[in-house]
Amino acid sequence: MQQFPCPFCGLREETEFHFAAEAGKPRPEPAAQVSADRWAAYLYLSAAPKGEAHEIWVHRSCGEFFLMTRNTETRAVLATQALPGRAGE
Amino acid sequence: MTRYSALSLLSQGVRGHRGWRPAWAKTHRPKPAYDAVIVGGGGHGLATAYYLAKTHGLSRVAVLEKGWIGGGNTGRNTTAVRSNYFYPESVALYDLALRLYEGLSKELNYNIMLSQRGMLIAAHTPAQMEICARIANAMQLNGVDGHLMTAAEAKARIPLLNQTRDARFALMGGVWQGRAGVARHDAVAWGYARAASALGVDIIENCTVTGIETQAGAVCGVQTNLGPIRTGRLGLAAAGATPGLAAMVGASLPIHTYALQAFVSEPVKPMLDTVLLYLGTGTYVSQSDKGELVFGGGLDRVPTHGQRGNLPAQETVVSGLLEMFPAFAQLKLLRQWAGVVDVVPDSSPVIGPLGPKGMFVNCGWGTGGFKAIPAGGWLLAHLLATGTHHTISRPFDIDRFTTGRLIDEAAGSGIAH
Ligand SMILES: Cc1cc2nc3c(=O)[nH]c(=O)nc-3n(C[C@H](O)[C@H](O)[C@H](O)COP(=O)(O)OP(=O)(O)OC[C@H]3O[C@@H](n4cnc5c(N)ncnc54)[C@H](O)[C@@H]3O)c2cc1C
Ligand SMILES: [Zn+2]
Repeated sequence: MQQFPCPFCGLREETEFHFAAEAGKPRPEPAAQVSADRWAAYLYLSAAPKGEAHEIWVHRSCGEFFLMTRNTETRAVLATQALPGRAGE
Repeated sequence: MTRYSALSLLSQGVRGHRGWRPAWAKTHRPKPAYDAVIVGGGGHGLATAYYLAKTHGLSRVAVLEKGWIGGGNTGRNTTAVRSNYFYPESVALYDLALRLYEGLSKELNYNIMLSQRGMLIAAHTPAQMEICARIANAMQLNGVDGHLMTAAEAKARIPLLNQTRDARFALMGGVWQGRAGVARHDAVAWGYARAASALGVDIIENCTVTGIETQAGAVCGVQTNLGPIRTGRLGLAAAGATPGLAAMVGASLPIHTYALQAFVSEPVKPMLDTVLLYLGTGTYVSQSDKGELVFGGGLDRVPTHGQRGNLPAQETVVSGLLEMFPAFAQLKLLRQWAGVVDVVPDSSPVIGPLGPKGMFVNCGWGTGGFKAIPAGGWLLAHLLATGTHHTISRPFDIDRFTTGRLIDEAAGSGIAH
C-alpha cells in the first residue's frame, strides 16, 4: 500500500487520505458579477494533468487539508505542504 | 472482406483454417487529408467511424490510435451491458445502445457474443429495496424491461450466494433487467474495425496525436508522430486522454481520471448464469464463457493516468466477492489489471462540440461506457456528419454544467459508476 506524507502527522496509509480538488483555482469574485460560464468552470472543469499535478488533499484522520505535488503517471509523491496560514510539522 | 458464415467456417475447417484473411486492412501511413479524423481506436472511436461511413456515406475517414485498437478501456472492461438507469435522458441513450447491440452481430457479420443472461442489482436493507423499486418503476415508465425481484426469486437464480445465518448481507431482493448481460469486448472493437475498414475507413495504429491545428477558430488538422493530417472535422474519443487532447486547444472538461480495476479467476465449471451487483459489498461478478469469474468494484480513489491498480481497492473487491460467495475463496486469481477511466461529476458522458468549430468529443463514460459503445459511435458520427446534435445526445452537451441541468445518475440510479 502506498503511503502519503501528511504535513502534520507524517507518513500514513493512502486509505486515510481523500483527494479534494486541483489546486490553484481561485474562487471568482464578486459572486453577483460572475457569469454562469465562469461559475461552471470554477465548479466543474479540471485539467486532469498527466504527469506533475498540484492538488489539495485532506488527511481524514487529523482533518487537515494540505497541498500535495504528485506525478499522476508514476504515483510518486514529490512534495506536501500545509496550506498557507496552517503551521506544518 | 470475406463474409463469415457457417459455410465459410466449414470450408476453412476442411482446409485446416489456412485460408483466413486478416479481418481488417492495417493502414501504416495516413493520407495527407481526410473528411473526418477520429482520435482513439477504442469502441467509441471505431463505432463512430463505422456509422460515419455506413449511415452518413463519408468514405475518407481515419481512426488514429496511439497503441493498438481496443487496447484502452474497451479491452480492459468487465463487459456488462444494461440500460437500468434512472433519468429518461440516460435510458434513451443506454437503451439505444442496447438495441443496437441486440442486432450488432448480424449487422457487422461478426459474433460479438452478446449473452443477455440478465442482471441483478441485489439489495439488503428496506431502504435499498425502496431505491430498487424506484429504479424499476423508472425503467418501466421509460419503456424498458425491468422489475423488482423478490429474495426467493433471486436465491433461486443464484443458489451459491452466501445466505447462511452469519452472512453479513442478507438478500432482500433487487432490480432485475432480463435484457442485460455481457458481450465480448474485443469482438466489439474488432467487429466495428472490420466493418469500417470494409467501407474504406483507414485504421491507423501506433499513431499518436500530439497537436491540434486551428485556423480562424476552426479545426484544420492534427499533428501526429506520423506527420500532419488535414481535416475540418475532428472527433475525440480518447477516454482518460481526452482532457489532455482538449488542452491542446485550450479547452477543459469536467473530468477526473481514476484507475478502475478488474479481476479474473481461473476457469471453473458453470455456476453463475447472470450478472450480479451486490449493493452491500459494491462488488459485481459474472462468469465468462471460458468459465472464469470476471469481477470488479469501485474506483481507486487516487486520481491517476497510470494503468495500474492499487492494493486497497483490490482488497475491498476481493473480500466483497468472498463475502458473497465463500466457496470462491478456493479459486486462484488468474489476472488483475486496470484502465484509466474518465469520471464526470454527474456520472454521465460528455457528447457534443468543444472548442474550435469542427471539433466534437465523446468522452466521460467513466466506469460504464462499454455498454454504450454503439450509441456513442452513432451520436458522435451524427455530430461529425451534420454538425448538430442528435436529440438523444443533446442533453449530454457540456453546456449542462453551465445551465445546471445535470443528469446525475450517481444520485438517480444509486449506481456508484
Ligand atoms: C476495469 C474496467 C471495467 C469496466 N467495466 C465496464 C462494464 O462492465 N460495463 C461497461 O459498460 N463499461 C465498463 N467499463 C468502462 C468502459 O470500458 C469504457 O467506458 C469504454 O470502454 C470507453 O471506451 P472508449 O472507446 O471511449 O475508450 P478506450 O477504449 O479507452 O479508447 C480510447 C483510445 O484512445 C487512445 N488514445 C489516447 N490518447 C491518444 C492520442 N493522443 N492519440 C491517439 N490515440 C489516443 C487510447 O490508446 C485508447 O485506445 C470498465 C472500465 C474498466 C477500466
Ligand atoms: Zn494528518
